[in-house]
Amino acid sequence: MSSSDVVVTGLGATTPLGGDVESTWEGLLSGRSGVSALETDWVERFDLPVKIASQLAVDPAEVLSRVEARRLDRSEQVALIAARQAWQDASFGDDGVEPERLGVVIGTGIGGATTLLHQDDLLENHGLRKVSPLTVPMLMPNGPAAHVGLEFTARAGVHAPVSACASGAEGLAWAWRMLRAGEADVVLAGGAEACIAAITMAGFAQSRTMSTRNDDPEHASRPWDIERDGFVLGEGAGVVVLEREEYAKARGARVYARLAGAGTNADAHHITAPDPEGTWQAKAMEAALRNGGIAASDVQHVNAHATSTQVGDVTETVAVRKAVGDQPVLTAPKSMLGHLLGAAGAVESIATILSIHHGLVPPTTNLKELDPGVSLDVVTGEPRKMDLDVAINDSFGFGGHNVALAFTSA
Amino acid sequence: MADNQEITAGLAEIIEEVAGVAKDEVTSDKSFVDDLDIDSLSMVEIAVQAEDKFGVKIPDDELANLKTVSDAVNYVQANSK
Repeated sequence: MSSSDVVVTGLGATTPLGGDVESTWEGLLSGRSGVSALETDWVERFDLPVKIASQLAVDPAEVLSRVEARRLDRSEQVALIAARQAWQDASFGDDGVEPERLGVVIGTGIGGATTLLHQDDLLENHGLRKVSPLTVPMLMPNGPAAHVGLEFTARAGVHAPVSACASGAEGLAWAWRMLRAGEADVVLAGGAEACIAAITMAGFAQSRTMSTRNDDPEHASRPWDIERDGFVLGEGAGVVVLEREEYAKARGARVYARLAGAGTNADAHHITAPDPEGTWQAKAMEAALRNGGIAASDVQHVNAHATSTQVGDVTETVAVRKAVGDQPVLTAPKSMLGHLLGAAGAVESIATILSIHHGLVPPTTNLKELDPGVSLDVVTGEPRKMDLDVAINDSFGFGGHNVALAFTSA
Repeated sequence: MADNQEITAGLAEIIEEVAGVAKDEVTSDKSFVDDLDIDSLSMVEIAVQAEDKFGVKIPDDELANLKTVSDAVNYVQANSK
């Protein structure tokens, strides 16, 4: 392995399954659902067809100071919480990391859109004086990355990829490139999203992409099941500490896994629907493997994007067969987490990393009858014990964005 | 009209709410920026809340001159009705 290999040394997350990585991982292994009924007045007021969501297990306001909470949009709050956990987990000690060698890449789908709405309400109803001077820093989609950069004094570059549901994975892919290019020694990378609001629920509902299984929230997200009827909107953040291997070795860091390669491209097919042939999804996986010097036949596991939509779920498995073969074992963490949009790729990368680290693949829940279009081995029931050396995490987003990340054992 | 002590206490409440500075830190000789670590964005929020609380107008060019707690207290004292 060359000196520019990239290793994972810290993990942080706050999700609908738990307020940290440990509780989230426990939730995934035990097959727990994070989905529940939305208890808010606007579901009834607007007669929304979707009345369920995958909401954070721990309110950020319980973790942050009062002033931090009031100065940050919820998407920034979750990013900061996950980044602090990841930083602590990586054990940098008192000296930290030289600011010029520390980077941040944290993606988001829509950033602080709910702040924009709230401040617009204040302007319309109460006038200019009531609009917060923090409106712009709270609504900008680079806000989550920028606040994390401030917290840890990162000066090697602070970036915020915006590629819908691929944003979090693209955060890791971008960080991987920075580290391989020698632009930084350490990068905090991931994704954050917190936009469960009337307008997002209404918009997704109008596009007919969300599950309406309102009377049975825990079974609403059911990737690859023949009765799946759409995704469940979720919120959360995941951040990982990525380091150049030489840097991690020199400081004696604990290494969870390697991020061996990343592949990114775009379908240029349709604004929301994936290319039905899965051609470019497959090419993203092929690129990740090629960049990591990995043979397709060595891939044992794919942590899938599978969101529980009719079209997307099957297309991805076609792409997996095309790029990797029929040997990998699949799982769909969105069956429990719901769809964390711009945080999904980061949180699910953490699941993939822990699968390698612990030799355990979490099950896909709610899979009663496999779609006949899927001819791959999907883990259901108990977690699958495997000696994992190579696993891929897939993430795809509205706009045709495809990201594949290839992780290998430490 | 409120006396200096009452204005200082009222201002301290606003500053604690907006910037998280403990009330007993807000004493007359303290500089907002250098001592209390309050940035320009928070100063705008504090000014809006002070206007509501004390019934004064604090135009932007006046706000720029309010460097210390006593500057603000004296301004409110002189301009509140």
